[in-house]
Amino acid sequence: MSRSYDRALTVFSPDGHLFQVEYALEAVRKGTCAVGVRGKDVVVLGVEKKSVLQLQDPRTVRKVAMLDDHVCLAFAGLTADGRVLIDKARIECQSHRLTVEDPVTVEYITRHIAGIQQRYTQSGGVRPFGISTLIVGFDPHDTRPRLYQTEPGGIYSAWKANAIGRSSKTVREFLEKNHKDDMSRDDTIKLTVKSLLEVVQTGAKNIEISVMESYGKITSLDLTQIEAIVAEIEREKEAEAERKRSRLAATAAGQAAMSQAAGGSGQ
Amino acid sequence: MDISFALTGKGYVILASDTTAARSIVKMKVDEDKIKVLSPHLLMAYSGEPGDTVQFAEYIERNIRLYQIRNTYALRPPSAASWIRRTLADSLRSRKPYAVNLLIGGYDTSTHQPHLYWVDYLGTMSEVPFAAHGYGAYFALSLLDREDGLMSGSSYHDPEAPLEEGLKTLRRCLDEVAKRLVVTPEKYKVKVVDKDGVREIEI
Repeated sequence: MSRSYDRALTVFSPDGHLFQVEYALEAVRKGTCAVGVRGKDVVVLGVEKKSVLQLQDPRTVRKVAMLDDHVCLAFAGLTADGRVLIDKARIECQSHRLTVEDPVTVEYITRHIAGIQQRYTQSGGVRPFGISTLIVGFDPHDTRPRLYQTEPGGIYSAWKANAIGRSSKTVREFLEKNHKDDMSRDDTIKLTVKSLLEVVQTGAKNIEISVMESYGKITSLDLTQIEAIVAEIEREKEAEAERKRSRLAATAAGQAAMSQAAGGSGQ
Repeated sequence: MDISFALTGKGYVILASDTTAARSIVKMKVDEDKIKVLSPHLLMAYSGEPGDTVQFAEYIERNIRLYQIRNTYALRPPSAASWIRRTLADSLRSRKPYAVNLLIGGYDTSTHQPHLYWVDYLGTMSEVPFAAHGYGAYFALSLLDREDGLMSGSSYHDPEAPLEEGLKTLRRCLDEVAKRLVVTPEKYKVKVVDKDGVREIEI
């Protein structure tokens, strides 16, 4: 019976659920993973890139979009919905500049995007956006990096580090364990890559990293740079495993010696 | 009363505009910038009905920027000029048209050519080697038209001239206006666009 509440419109089910919104969240969970991490004076966006087909042009498949000089957005979910939302946000950024002669703050544009997403859960004849977004940037005349998340229902919130999309729970738990306040640029990038590697098995070639260092300074890392970071992480993991092995061997040897000594005294 | 000049040279366009903001016979301001930087290689000098000018210029500025953010690359000067002209022509046919005259100068980074367009409030556009709006046009155009004849070595406008020579030619226009026009602006803002982008020049 409950099936009749999830047909055309977002209508409440008797137990207070909006099924269409929950399905939208499911579409987000199926989308590729995106991670945002805030450092001391840097904020990094990392996304899992789907492998492009052999004959496809990889430059035309992008998951990180610039909204204005100082704001970037990554999304997880339905790419086509993302494109529409990004376009609306870009127009708002310029419109805001035109009306008040100031660039948008990151919170303002986040609230605007979340507002649009909310509207699509409450008006007739539409379906919700099947995307969650991570919005990073710097406010004008401010040095603090910002990171926000929006969801299909229109919820938005600020974060130190967060992940959306496929296996976002695993990545978020990893970030909760490893995030520190006031990380340097390199540490922030490394943590982003490390957390993505938790779910991206194929390594560097399926990772895209964008770094924003200050107002309007955005750089995209190229493949060789990401490969270098991945290699460094691999090395560290290797060294850690080696240490563990040798420690294990040492304790095993110690125990053997102990038991031998005990056996010897028994005779 | 606004006066603006523009001229092309070898790989550059110079735009110059007076800096007075006047109302009736009173000068309100003498350091108004009437040349907008639309994109890394595009400039627009605007004059006409006060209020309309700024409103229109800002609208154009934001839309050119939006185009660049959407498409990664900025519009090339010929396309930008066509779009701006069209916007002005559409405005002319609306209930309240913008009364704005424009000089659009840009450097095309893919063909390495400078472009200059003269646009008026009726939506007339022509690509020209040099141009002027306002009372300055009455004095400067004939001067810029003059060819190297008897006085060889003293060139007037030359589309192949290096920047220093172009600035000298502009100086001549400003001097002529200063000499003959009843009310002369005291200051001009001069901007140049070339392969390195846009910069301001003191003259």
